[in-house]
Amino acid sequence: MVEGEEELIRTSVSEVLGEQEAVRESLIPILLRVQEKLSYLPPLAMELIAGALQIPAVDVFGLATFYNQFRLHPPGKYQLQVCMGTACYMVGGKIALDCFERRLGINEGETTPDREFSLERVACVGCCTLAPVVVVNEEVEGRVTPTRVDGILIAFGKKIQPSTGVGEKKGDDGS
Amino acid sequence: MTVETPYQERYRKLKDSAAAGEEALSRQAVIQVGMATCGIAAGAVPVKEAFVRFIEEKNIDARVMEVGCMGHCYAEPLAIISKPGFPALCYGYLDEDLVERLVEDYLLNDDPCYEFALVALEPNDVFPTLSDFPRGVHEKKIVLEHCGFIDPGEIDHYISRGGYSALAEALSGTPATVLEQVKESHLRGRGGAGFPAGLKWEAAVQAGGGTKYVICNADEGDPGAFMDRSILESCPHQVIEGMLLCAYAIGAEKGYLYIRAEYPLAVKRVRLALEQAREKGLLGSSILGSSFNCDLEVFRGSGAFVCGESSALVRSMEGKMGIPATRPPRLAQSGFRGRPTVLNNVKTFAYIPPIINRGVDWFRSIGTEKNPGTAVFSLVGKVAHTGLVEVPMGTTLRELIYDVGEGVANDKAFKAAQIGGPSGGCLPEAAIDIPIDFDSLQEAGAIMGSGGLVVLDEDDCMVAIARYFLEFTQQESCGKCTFCRLGTKHMLDLLTAITEGRGEPEDLEVLERLAWEVKEGSLCNLGATAPNPILTTLRYFRDEYEAHINEKRCPALMCSELIVYYIEPSKCSKLCSVCVGSCPTEAIYTRDDGLKAIDQDKCTKCDNCLKTCPPDYNAVIKLSPPGLLAEKEGGKGA
Repeated sequence: MVEGEEELIRTSVSEVLGEQEAVRESLIPILLRVQEKLSYLPPLAMELIAGALQIPAVDVFGLATFYNQFRLHPPGKYQLQVCMGTACYMVGGKIALDCFERRLGINEGETTPDREFSLERVACVGCCTLAPVVVVNEEVEGRVTPTRVDGILIAFGKKIQPSTGVGEKKGDDGS
Repeated sequence: MTVETPYQERYRKLKDSAAAGEEALSRQAVIQVGMATCGIAAGAVPVKEAFVRFIEEKNIDARVMEVGCMGHCYAEPLAIISKPGFPALCYGYLDEDLVERLVEDYLLNDDPCYEFALVALEPNDVFPTLSDFPRGVHEKKIVLEHCGFIDPGEIDHYISRGGYSALAEALSGTPATVLEQVKESHLRGRGGAGFPAGLKWEAAVQAGGGTKYVICNADEGDPGAFMDRSILESCPHQVIEGMLLCAYAIGAEKGYLYIRAEYPLAVKRVRLALEQAREKGLLGSSILGSSFNCDLEVFRGSGAFVCGESSALVRSMEGKMGIPATRPPRLAQSGFRGRPTVLNNVKTFAYIPPIINRGVDWFRSIGTEKNPGTAVFSLVGKVAHTGLVEVPMGTTLRELIYDVGEGVANDKAFKAAQIGGPSGGCLPEAAIDIPIDFDSLQEAGAIMGSGGLVVLDEDDCMVAIARYFLEFTQQESCGKCTFCRLGTKHMLDLLTAITEGRGEPEDLEVLERLAWEVKEGSLCNLGATAPNPILTTLRYFRDEYEAHINEKRCPALMCSELIVYYIEPSKCSKLCSVCVGSCPTEAIYTRDDGLKAIDQDKCTKCDNCLKTCPPDYNAVIKLSPPGLLAEKEGGKGA
């Protein structure tokens, strides 16, 4: 946790709790609002919410892990979302995702240790005509080839070392 | 002429004032820029800004308007220019330069630049209209009627085109009349299964008095489908009006639109639309001065495919995990907060106002007897003209793909149509002459589903497609039923093994048996339809599975474990080294003789070299099975 983060989490959560009625039905709206403020759901926030709604923390955690929308890791400064809709997948979405994973050294759903980049896969963003699509900081980038992957990363100051491709193949993608 | 009721009078006043506002503006040129999510992604924002800027610079009397999706996604960014004295023309593939030219030549001077126009929107003597194209002949727009022509942020645009008149008419009659009309129309719910909407509503009425709810399911989680998003972004009021009519028919005073949080623009536009409807007295208490009260609000879903299942959706609204419940009781008896609830899809609600306005007979004259109305598809994949289309039920898949979509893109051979998303199936060339309706598709092994239609060509591996969908359903399985939870995982493992060349001949039998068991042993439709992609590909493309298993070969050259990249020395040129630069892993090197070759140990099979190799050479090829490489390299005597 970065300095001052705990304070930020506490104030954000209490602000959101002030807006919403403290009942179970508000749980998803509360989590969405907290995530909008903090860009992810830290364990502390989930505990605070559970306390306020007088429900076990595991219920909040269960919900946060059940729904795809919630993020348990802090996102990077640059957020990369690779579309895995059918059209994108068929024309190289997986290839683009592999390239990002290789270059950043992280798996999808993770953030680089320096919190510069985070990588996620999203279901269809509805831009199937531009496939394969990558959403870079909310902006849609179409027809992303491996060269373009490098281009995107270089544009954000990432140093690209030509990798050998040997021994870098990752195993189970954690699904 | 019949006497006008107070509600109709009140509505007429609203409409007159809306029409007056429109009328005042119709004397100037209007530019309508398509600004749904897809249009914005394709670059509609700079296009719109360019129009505004050039118009201001040249001091032209024209108005730039944001509209929703027109459905011609292949040509985004799109704009319709209506200039008095000319037919309204639609222009596609816009960029700033083209915008400048259109402003200069057309708006300032009078040359409509026909060479850039796609289609005219009204009959005229100079330019073809939609009905002159095969797509226009097949298309019949009911749900998408206003999409792309009105500003979703302006309720007056909808009202001036007759919007909310169905509500005014319904309020003048009784709730029973509305219910009767919907029942008589034989409208089937467009969420996928095709349950008659009227029967659902009737069940909610019969459930007795007290609090009831209306919920609109806009949790479109199906990858490859985006029509619900487009409708909500382009014409939210039609859905709102449909929900109000339903609420009136069943006696509900509260409703929710359950919209995915992944659709921020749709959420924003619907919230704005609700606000505007409230201001006009079309929503809230005593609607149009009547005793009917109903308020609607947005509930943001948080991304779980299973929440498309009605009981799971309701549970998630109650702040719980979206896990389906056993039925009965149906939602119509005991739904949200244990009260009778009618839950319908976005499109289902959007059909209601036109049915009330134009009558049951009109609606039933479209489509087929058992499946009246239209079907909305998002036509994507390897089809030339991707987009959002609406055709009468009973149109064949072939017509949809070859006439409306103009066939397979890039002169490739058609392989399959994937219809219905993860719950649907893949239909081969031989099966695409079937009419599109709920029953025929089910018979062929696919389902109508939410209406995603992905066209696959010769480069797409059917085993990989089945695996892709299984990966999706396996991740989205809520975990309640053992068969779904473990069965999908086991099927996914088998498919993964097959695509990686580790498949065994008996795997196919196991897959088939598991598929049927998962179908039988799952409570909700997620599990019951999850094996469909496997069953249809096994039924129609068994030879591809067998090639993967027996020969370790991927016929479509797609499965990366079963292919190698190779540079054909006879085609490669010493004068070109594009591929060397394109390789992200420095696997390509220059041989002593100046030609290029690939170090297979370094190659990550990213496809970059194949894409960058100039068409003059086309020297990079894929080989499957990988064993062919030794043959090739042996052949050159290295």
